[in-house]
Amino acid sequence: MKDCALAAIATGRRAQNLKELRNELEGIDLDSVYYHFWGGLVRPQFDDPRFNNDFARWVHSALRNTALAERLSVIDPTDFADLEDLRQEVIEVLEEELDQSEVLPWTSREAQFHFIRSQIVVFDTHRVVEEPGELPGAIAAMSNNSVFYHFVDARRRTPGGVDDFRSWLSDLPGDYEELALRCQGVDPFYQTLSELKAELVQIFTEHLGGDRS
Amino acid sequence: MSAQLERYAEVAGEEAVDQLRQLARPLKGMRVVHVNSTRVGGGVAEILTKLVPLKRELGIDATWEVIEGDAGFYGTTKSFHNALQGNRVTVGASELDHYRSVNLENAQKLRATLESADVVFIHDPQPAPLLEMCPNREGRWIWRCHIDVSRPYRPIWRFLKGFLQNYDASVFSLAAFSHRLPHPQYLIPPSIDPLSDKNRDLTSDEITSVYDEFGIDPDREMILQVSRFDRFKDPVGVIEAYRLARKFTPTLQLVLAGGSATDDPEGAAVLDETRRAANHDPDIHILLLPPDAHLTINALQRAADIVLQKSIREGFGLTVAEAMWKSRPVIGGDTGGIRLQVVNHQTGFLVSTPEGAALRIRYLLHHRDRLEQMGAQARAFVCDHFLLTRHLREYLTVMLALEHQLGDRIELA
Repeated sequence: MKDCALAAIATGRRAQNLKELRNELEGIDLDSVYYHFWGGLVRPQFDDPRFNNDFARWVHSALRNTALAERLSVIDPTDFADLEDLRQEVIEVLEEELDQSEVLPWTSREAQFHFIRSQIVVFDTHRVVEEPGELPGAIAAMSNNSVFYHFVDARRRTPGGVDDFRSWLSDLPGDYEELALRCQGVDPFYQTLSELKAELVQIFTEHLGGDRS
Repeated sequence: MSAQLERYAEVAGEEAVDQLRQLARPLKGMRVVHVNSTRVGGGVAEILTKLVPLKRELGIDATWEVIEGDAGFYGTTKSFHNALQGNRVTVGASELDHYRSVNLENAQKLRATLESADVVFIHDPQPAPLLEMCPNREGRWIWRCHIDVSRPYRPIWRFLKGFLQNYDASVFSLAAFSHRLPHPQYLIPPSIDPLSDKNRDLTSDEITSVYDEFGIDPDREMILQVSRFDRFKDPVGVIEAYRLARKFTPTLQLVLAGGSATDDPEGAAVLDETRRAANHDPDIHILLLPPDAHLTINALQRAADIVLQKSIREGFGLTVAEAMWKSRPVIGGDTGGIRLQVVNHQTGFLVSTPEGAALRIRYLLHHRDRLEQMGAQARAFVCDHFLLTRHLREYLTVMLALEHQLGDRIELA
């Protein structure tokens, strides 16, 4: 089992309208794309749960463009082979909007979009899970950031873009298909890491038994 | 685990402390020096008082040095502070020379310690020139900015930027405070210490003791702002808000509690302005507290119905997190680091004027259920994001990241 800490690093790049967002996004470090899709889970916020990445949230809250926010929000980062493809998809959606816009709304200086990149430090907890039956207790004992690492960050590390639990179980003998399906049904975007952990503990306990405390 | 770390585990959770130990393992034995300009008073000194011993408990050889200056030096650095937070302040060439020479005197005293350290954290602008005065430095140097530099007065920022360019990294509380600098700018909000006298649980006797001590009526509503007497904290605006709200709650009392710091020469003048604005109103209690009045501040925050932090500029505003930790909703100025803590309508209200503050005071005093609900959310928010353990974890992460030369993914064995 591993744990991680995510360091947020300001880039000094900002956007005050949609065109600036699109132009800055084109030249930004790919770690920044990662941070703005996933970083919301590990930082202080009470964001509108309707929108699950920072681009969508900003377009909604600062530019008051709900339709575009919805189109950006539905982008699932796990659908893309890598972060460059994900970046291109966001740019595509923004360009489509820019093509159709008669005017270019600006937000105030106070509400600019700040591009942030991330740096992830991964450390070994020196705890090992050898049998699937140990998973419920192991997940219950994990830190929230460890849940982030294995359930969220894993999606950009594993070949199929899945979480580490599904990835591991798929290589083991035994029938874990139903459990994998339930894991697939857990949406990490719409809850805090504490809630996400509780949901995973419940699912793994129901399927594998064990002590969830 | 040490007794101190065990106590943090009880408040912040075992996992938080476990993470600290794992992160600290590869940093064991490193010599880390923090440098700032005051031992007491203000948030930076408060944070370092706890952060440095905790680093030591984790096996890091951490120390804390304080630079010394005269009144002229602190006058100049206060002007810097005001300019960096947006005021057009002119600082003369002789004052700039004096700023450099005071730093040079301090560099001569500290050079051996700083040059041999593995990591040096320089806090705020006062000691910023030390880096160029330590040419044989061996470790990495990080500039930690605690103030709102989102719209600095450019001539002063340009002057300071000359000292900052060669740092290996800088740390800001918010992305909005960052600038184009030739090194990584980490974003780390400050934190409160849940075990300190300022924040620990109190008995009901300890809480009620402040009523008698300061002549506050326990049966009447009380609003509170705790902060230094500094124009950026807008104590006069708080008095205006109190007067507007009092029309609808005639029994309302206001407490303005603040102390002074050795590096803030303007405090006395602002205190005078505040007293004049209060105009002998017996229900406005202006308390000048000593720097060690932590238990008193803790009790006042718990005794208050609502806490205000109506700053016009604010790097972070530790008093916001302190009040939220005590389940108090905070009415805060819509600026800087207050925005990170006061989530409008969730953990309190963000306001831009005394009128706005008055409206929110009236709303909360007349909707007690909402006041309590927001207070509960405020405490949970602080628990998740603004405790010392999270702060320390992020400092350790930066140290590790710098050791590993800034790859986007650092895997530790």
